[in-house]
Amino acid sequence: MSPATSTRPKVALFATCYNDTVWPGTPIATVKVLERLGCEVVFPEAQTCCGQIFTNTGYADEAIPLVRGFVDTFGGYDYVVAPSGSCVGAIREQHHDLAERAGDAALVRRVDTVVPKVYDISEFIIDVLGVTDVGAYFPHRVTFHPTCHSIRVAHVGDRPQRLLQSVRGLTFVELPQATECCGFGGTFSVKNPDVSISMASDKARHVRETGAEVLVAGDNMCLMNIGGVLRRQRAGVRIMHLAEILASTEEDPA
Amino acid sequence: MTAEPLTEPTAGPLQATSPTFVGMPKFPYAARTALGNTQQRRNLAHATGVIRAKRAKVVAEIDRWEELRQAGADAKDELLGHMAAYLEQLETNLTKGGATVHWARDAAEANRIVVDLVKGTGATEVVKVKSMATQEIELNEALEAEGINAWETDLAELIVQFGHDRPSHILVPAIHRNRSEIREIFRKEMGLVGRPAPDDLTDEPKRLAEAARLHLREKFMRATVAISGANFAVAETGSLVVVESEGNGRMCLTLPDTLISVVGIEKVLPTWQDLGTFMQLLPRSSTGERMNPYTSIWSGVHEGDGPQNVHVVLIDNGRTHVLADPVGREALRCIRCSACLNTCPVYERTGGHAYGSVYPGPIGAILNPQLRGTASDVDKSLPFASTLCGACFEACPMRIDIPKLLVHLRAKVVDAKGRNTVEGRAMAAGAWAFGDAKRLARLQKASTLGGKILGNRQLPALPGAIGQWLSIRDIPELPAQTFRQWWADRERKGGAS
Amino acid sequence: MSAKAEILARVRAAVTDLTAPLGARGETPWVDQAAASPAETIELFVENVIDYKAQVVRVGPDGVGGAIRDALTAYGASSVVVPSGLDPAWVSALGDGVRIVADEGLGSLDLDAIDSVITASAVSIATTGTIVLDHGPDQGRRALSLVPDVHVCVVHASQVVHDVPEAVFRLHPQEGMPRPLTWISGPSATSDIELDRVEGVHGPRTLHVILIEA
Repeated sequence: MSPATSTRPKVALFATCYNDTVWPGTPIATVKVLERLGCEVVFPEAQTCCGQIFTNTGYADEAIPLVRGFVDTFGGYDYVVAPSGSCVGAIREQHHDLAERAGDAALVRRVDTVVPKVYDISEFIIDVLGVTDVGAYFPHRVTFHPTCHSIRVAHVGDRPQRLLQSVRGLTFVELPQATECCGFGGTFSVKNPDVSISMASDKARHVRETGAEVLVAGDNMCLMNIGGVLRRQRAGVRIMHLAEILASTEEDPA
Repeated sequence: MTAEPLTEPTAGPLQATSPTFVGMPKFPYAARTALGNTQQRRNLAHATGVIRAKRAKVVAEIDRWEELRQAGADAKDELLGHMAAYLEQLETNLTKGGATVHWARDAAEANRIVVDLVKGTGATEVVKVKSMATQEIELNEALEAEGINAWETDLAELIVQFGHDRPSHILVPAIHRNRSEIREIFRKEMGLVGRPAPDDLTDEPKRLAEAARLHLREKFMRATVAISGANFAVAETGSLVVVESEGNGRMCLTLPDTLISVVGIEKVLPTWQDLGTFMQLLPRSSTGERMNPYTSIWSGVHEGDGPQNVHVVLIDNGRTHVLADPVGREALRCIRCSACLNTCPVYERTGGHAYGSVYPGPIGAILNPQLRGTASDVDKSLPFASTLCGACFEACPMRIDIPKLLVHLRAKVVDAKGRNTVEGRAMAAGAWAFGDAKRLARLQKASTLGGKILGNRQLPALPGAIGQWLSIRDIPELPAQTFRQWWADRERKGGAS
Repeated sequence: MSAKAEILARVRAAVTDLTAPLGARGETPWVDQAAASPAETIELFVENVIDYKAQVVRVGPDGVGGAIRDALTAYGASSVVVPSGLDPAWVSALGDGVRIVADEGLGSLDLDAIDSVITASAVSIATTGTIVLDHGPDQGRRALSLVPDVHVCVVHASQVVHDVPEAVFRLHPQEGMPRPLTWISGPSATSDIELDRVEGVHGPRTLHVILIEA
């Protein structure tokens, strides 16, 4: 779809459960940037969670009602956009298998219809809206952590970096060993705390090596993990979600 | 690999945990100890870093790498779907070539077969080519119990054997040792069982390799029996393939009169031409070379050339249990290249011993709980020994979706354990909260207004878990309002600006 | 029930959910890299063999004997074992300083006392710098090219294929008389100590390749 010829695209925002609860700034920023780019944004209030926390902890049966809830809530939209590579990845990679586990052929079909309409925000802006320069302004030194699920499950590629590098005023610094996991891994950080701490410390060290003022990623859970270490170290690096940078303008700075 | 089920598959018996690994602690406990071993940490970080870079370079040389991976996976899936037919074809062709084929249901049976064969030759020692299958069945211990010395001839296996140690990596079993440790081991041990290390031995890798060459040479020259595994067994031609670097494999496979090869039933390749795929995938994925220095291929007995008494022992030992799981069976595609270990951030930090098996790392985390079941502490914990970061899947030349299999096995562990646990109750509470958006909104309001804790919905309150988290990290402050509340306010005020 | 019967029964019972017939994938896939030209294939082969720290000497059809003489002199080899079917012209230039040993009933220890070996080869692969011996009469049995410390290996340019699948195809075992194969990519090596590559362990520590070009 070419933005020039289209009517205003209607986007259903999937805020994701943890952004909704803990980091509302991220879905707010998502709304701002999508509206600035000419989209009509709606928030289907029946939404809750993609179920990943349950599936990945071994509670697949508990996730099945959430798969049903997801297709019920988002089945009627052409575009579903989430500010999370991880949740988008879980929907793409797991919802089909969960529906099969439920032995519900109708649910499988509905999942297969909805899943192709679900986008990470970076994919939606570049692939659907055809935009790389979103008109943002952010005059700071920034480094970017490509989260595991965004690059290896959702496969967003380098879209977030391309968006960031088009932001006016922003100085982009490459993160050393960027694609290595930060050690969060959902309940991994609880079940294997020692290995998790070791990984998070190394990631934080690499962030500090960049001299960046802001660490950006497309997933707030990973940012919470790395940012939690950086803050404990009083490292002088703050964390921001990609959407918050893209929403930032001269008139309305982040 | 998916198809409409005809009838439910029936699983073969599990592998019995070998004596070495009985009673291994849960992965997190073993990992904590390993993380404290600073020398091992340094050795592993260096070694995995080197090999990752080498692999990346030689894989990038092949434009059609993804097609190769798919071809490899397809070949193994063809085998797994028709293993009985291909095993019978392999046996027929091996027999035609002059080899004798034996079948072993489990480790004990395989060990008995090999011990009897060795005893039948009258030999009291054997030389061994590095083999995961013989490690899995603990053949060396079985031979020693019968008074037969088994000499490992791969340099790293020799280091492990002399160090009275366990392998910690599939391909580079002594990856956890550095050069000065190896020098000490050689000086102390070589003289006890043969030619001693030179007095002026330094810790230069070249000198250490030279010491091993001299020590092992006399063993190669006098050995009458060799034991190997096989990287591949080609059904179409009855050919066995051993891929190696040092030439110790060639020595063992060529000089003795008797050769006994212990081969897992999943090592079969349907066709000869499949080697065109696998001989590209394996060397580049394992040692990060375009090709390994030496590959030996033999098809039974070759008159006037090499061993004239050739045996092949095909082992199940839990593999038919794995084969029966429609999701899990793709783990049997594994060609033991170690790419998943080298790329895994968890393995890089803990090393291989914490996995409680000869198969460590991501592949071990999906293979052991399937081969041995999930009754033991370590096997129960292995599916959780991963952040699901996906680096292993990306590196796997056989396209084994390791993260997906880990998640699959986690569900099996939970289903077996039951849900009446602290975690189970927390998950049930979470599922209840997320089951309805209005309910969720009420709970969110309570947590934001309370503003005290992160909210148990996100991190199940396992004992001490939050404390562990906070030992290194600050947690974010909770917001004044949720997104849901912000949106409702905005809608009330008339929506988008 | 025999172990074989039991294992085969287990294997069959484990895959009753799968329906694809035997051989459903069709022809074995052939995934390789295209050669730009025969000349580039040869250059790539030479480059990759050298990358393994092996020596490569390029000669015309009449230059083999001289190249072999030069190589053995350079390595200080005073004895060489030759397979029965080796082209006699290849050793005709060797002087009295080199003892030529025929492979007649040599044991492992006899071979260990010989400095070098000369063999022809069957197929070589450019993308990987690999030489494959099929141990025919001009290559000798496997022990010959294994135990002596210097391996001088003669490769005809016409034997060099571009990529692995083509080589595998050419090496398909013949019905009734399959040959053993040895694939050689540089001298023996190990990376078992700190992933630090060391050339020269149990196999020949020196690989000297003589490439015959028309």
